[in-house]
Amino acid sequence: MLVVDQFNVYYGEKHALNNISITFSSKTVTALIGPSGCGKSTLLRSLNRMNDYIPMFRADGSIRLGKTEIYDSKTDVVSLRKRMGMVFQQPIPFPLSIYDNIAYGPRIHGIKQKKQLDAIVEKTLHQAHLWDEVKDRLHASALGLSGGQQQRLVIARVLAVEPEILLLDEPASALDPISTEHIEQLILSLKENYTIIVVTHNMQQAKRISDQTAFFLHGEIVEAKETDILFQSPNDQRTERYLSGQFG
Amino acid sequence: MKERGNTSLAEKLQTPARRIFWTEWRGRSITYVSVWIVILILLSLLWFITSKGLQPFLNGEITLSQFFSTNWSPQDNKFGSLYIMLGSFMVTIGATLISAPLGISAAIFMTEIAPKWGKKVLQPATEILVGIPSVVYGFIGLTLLVPFIGKLIGGIGFGLLSGILVLSIMILPTIISISVDAIEAVPQKYREGSYALGATRWQTIWKIVLKTALPGLMTAVVLGMARAFGEALAVQMVIGNVPNAPFHFFISIHTLTSMITQNMGNTVPGETFNQILWSMALVLLLMTLVFILVIRLITRRRDVS
Ligand SMILES: Nc1ncnc2c1ncn2[C@@H]1O[C@H](COP(=O)(O)OP(=O)(O)OP(=O)(O)O)[C@@H](O)[C@H]1O
Ligand SMILES: [Mg+2]
Repeated sequence: MLVVDQFNVYYGEKHALNNISITFSSKTVTALIGPSGCGKSTLLRSLNRMNDYIPMFRADGSIRLGKTEIYDSKTDVVSLRKRMGMVFQQPIPFPLSIYDNIAYGPRIHGIKQKKQLDAIVEKTLHQAHLWDEVKDRLHASALGLSGGQQQRLVIARVLAVEPEILLLDEPASALDPISTEHIEQLILSLKENYTIIVVTHNMQQAKRISDQTAFFLHGEIVEAKETDILFQSPNDQRTERYLSGQFG
Repeated sequence: MKERGNTSLAEKLQTPARRIFWTEWRGRSITYVSVWIVILILLSLLWFITSKGLQPFLNGEITLSQFFSTNWSPQDNKFGSLYIMLGSFMVTIGATLISAPLGISAAIFMTEIAPKWGKKVLQPATEILVGIPSVVYGFIGLTLLVPFIGKLIGGIGFGLLSGILVLSIMILPTIISISVDAIEAVPQKYREGSYALGATRWQTIWKIVLKTALPGLMTAVVLGMARAFGEALAVQMVIGNVPNAPFHFFISIHTLTSMITQNMGNTVPGETFNQILWSMALVLLLMTLVFILVIRLITRRRDVS
């Protein structure tokens, strides 16, 4: 269970997240929706402390993963990140081969046997629905892949580390409807073992794949509840207007 | 009203086009002329050095095998220059072996470990060091290093080791500053991607940053080597200038550049010794071409991958 409690983020003077409280239960999918710039990526990147590298970044409040207080100075950030796999908003493969991109995570966590790595690469590429397109050029540079292929490669790369939690920042933004459906199916099938948080601008997608939906506006969570309930009878007028496409 | 609006629009559209044409034309002429001047200078230099360098061989004053032998005694008209060439290679390789690891490590420190301090203090300092004229490095070597080595092991202190040390200090800032550029050119996203997979800072530096920056780092090293190989003054001041076999750290040796600087004024144009100096200059030129070729190959590999 991942619990965010009265969490605030500042980029310099900018108050980017304002008193966020939300719980992500195990083995559920949460969709984060809201207009551009409302703080969805900021929350996602705060969860696995990727914002630590932004010089002006400052946070207060609490995020707990099980018993671990994520922003405690004693927390081991490296093992935390291994537990929380992240797909960035702009997926950038390493300038390595397709194979080495996926094997990178397992390798740094100590898997050396080629057989084992081969198996991981094949399995995750199948999961990300990329295998058929790249199986003949696993050792070609990943930078030669198309945008959508790169997006799926980056998903495969994260799965190879076998995290407990998946943070997906618009994982299907560059994909055609068919690939998008495959990714959605992947998310639904992974739900059995993972806790998944996914940012999306696609309301239908949020409806299709998520158990819980959180609506963000100007750095605040306006409303967060079961997806069906949120979409059918939103409490807040702003949610209602956003869902019906009247602003945002 | 409407008429006038139309004409002025037409004018507006035409005038800049005409002006652009003339600026285009003028700009193009200037660049073309400059390029041709540069090419002309380059070709005549190449031609001059090549023809001068080949002359003693064409005139039959020396054969190639004599030139590449170890028998050097100008008073007997023997100009075997092998030890001198090897001298150049030895100081270059020695200096590179010291400066490459040191310089790349320093660059990693300045960019990845302590970027704030690195940017504000160390990088400007390196850039100043790059700009110090080589004769100053030589002077420092002559004043501090040579006596120190002399005292430490006995003898006069001139020789291969002094040459290597002075050159390694001299090319260190070059290697550092080009390596820093190469490492900084690695996109931040690569580092983020690596951290997000649970990599430590060292794993990220080793497996992503250095791997991506490798062509740039190799270019830094080769440029450092080229600078060491072509350096004359600083070397001449500390290596002793005796064409011994350059395989011992503490005896005086010679290099191509030191031989040329030392003797170009003391020989008469036309005499064999003077012509041999031109042949040495040709060897230097060819080596420079090799260095440039190597850099080209390195950077081209990056484009492919
Ligand atoms: N590195 C940063 N430095 C300063 N301000 C930032 C930084 N990153 C984000 N912000 C600001 O924080 C706010 C939230 O940004 P965030 O990226 O979280 O939005 P988002 O909801 O993911 O938007 P989008 O849907 O466009 O991706 C924005 O106002 C943005 O300008
Ligand atoms: Mg975003």
